[in-house]
Amino acid sequence: MKPAPFVHHAPVSVEEAVSVLGEVGHDGKVLAGGQSLIPILNMRLASPGHLVDINRVTGLDSVEVTPEAVRVGALVRHAGLERSAEAYAALPLLRQALVNVAHPAIRNRGTTVGSIAHADAAGEMPAILALTDGVVEVAGPSGSREVAWSDFFLGALETSLAAEELAVAVRFGRFPAGTGTAFTEAARRHGDYAMAGVGVAVTVTDGVVSGALASFVSVTDVPSVLDLGPALDGAEPGSGEWDAALDTVAEAVRGHVEPEGDIHASADYRRMLVTELTRRALPRAADRAGADT
Amino acid sequence: MTDATTGAETLHDVTVTVNGVRRSAAVPARRLLSDFLRHDLELTGTHVGCEHGVCGACTVLVDGAPMRSCLMFAVTAQDHEVTTVEGLCSAPDARVAPTGESMNPVQQAFAECHGLQCGFCTPGFLTTVTAYLEENPSPTSEQAREAISGNLCRCTGYQNIVKSVLRAADIRTERAAEELS
Repeated sequence: MKPAPFVHHAPVSVEEAVSVLGEVGHDGKVLAGGQSLIPILNMRLASPGHLVDINRVTGLDSVEVTPEAVRVGALVRHAGLERSAEAYAALPLLRQALVNVAHPAIRNRGTTVGSIAHADAAGEMPAILALTDGVVEVAGPSGSREVAWSDFFLGALETSLAAEELAVAVRFGRFPAGTGTAFTEAARRHGDYAMAGVGVAVTVTDGVVSGALASFVSVTDVPSVLDLGPALDGAEPGSGEWDAALDTVAEAVRGHVEPEGDIHASADYRRMLVTELTRRALPRAADRAGADT
Repeated sequence: MTDATTGAETLHDVTVTVNGVRRSAAVPARRLLSDFLRHDLELTGTHVGCEHGVCGACTVLVDGAPMRSCLMFAVTAQDHEVTTVEGLCSAPDARVAPTGESMNPVQQAFAECHGLQCGFCTPGFLTTVTAYLEENPSPTSEQAREAISGNLCRCTGYQNIVKSVLRAADIRTERAAEELS
């Protein structure tokens, strides 16, 4: 099918984009990579009257690494972030998760900020923004503001971005030294939406766990971070104590997630799946934490 | 979007460099790049399957990188370079099927290894694999499978497509060696 007619706006600056968004209000949508939006338009699940195409806006296509964060502009394609050696060195979790985002041809076009603004519960990058305690940088008519991830995601496909606001960048927070990360997911077909997925970060100090976090894909409505510290802190990865702690982790994950069943997988299966995926991801992250120190 | 008196959609003059040639057409904003190539520029080598990014048949190279032409608007492609399946070979007339040396290595490999049956998905495979081998000139069988995982084929069962990817890598090496000698 083809999209319904719309008015195409092609602003060249953030100010102009925000001004157009202000004029068109709720009848407008931002078009960046379009890899989620255009299928929706093609199937006419949505037919906004105006598309604000930000692809010609300058200054939004850079990846910057600071001691605290990896800052990703709104026009950075998934593939660009995936290939960035600086971003990988600062936060390997980004590439670990990005290779799971659809297929290379989609990653060549789709943007990381766009997938976060789209806020699909099956999206990998919203979960990663949460796990890294990230921030969304927003430009609006009355200037710019920063929104913590926990205030950004309101529901499935719903964020606190106002109609006249543009997400211009996100900042993924970096982890303390001695932290290893891992991301894993399971889909019916490679590259499809995951039935369940998990990202974990494990910090190891003097050979024992001093912090552990997890966040999930497809099994929670909005991204949420589960603190696994209470279960894992003090355990030495690979020890008997660690193995016992993983059972406690599994219990915590089962209680934390709220999957919904659909044609691809029942709620119970997703809960079992994400628990097992978390069990598999944690030792990998702990190994990498060890390699880092 | 539409003219209030005539009801006609507003047209945009879009110019895209397609297979090295600057091509223009006046199209509505909602014209997908896939339809722009096929309907407006009459380059029907690019095939349209699912129109929501799943099947990969419409994959073209935009500035050298494989992208779904059904998930891009022609207006967004303004001033970019697009390579379609017609642009992969060095035949003088891209509308005529290439043969022998005028085929690019991937095309030759698909012909040799029976990497196609009905051919509907083939343009997407050829563009995807051509770009992939630029970055990864000697993939393993496992990597070849990964490389084509975003393209659906309902005829072949993929075995001969994987063979074609590996054969294409060999042909590239052979041709490079011939050029040196």
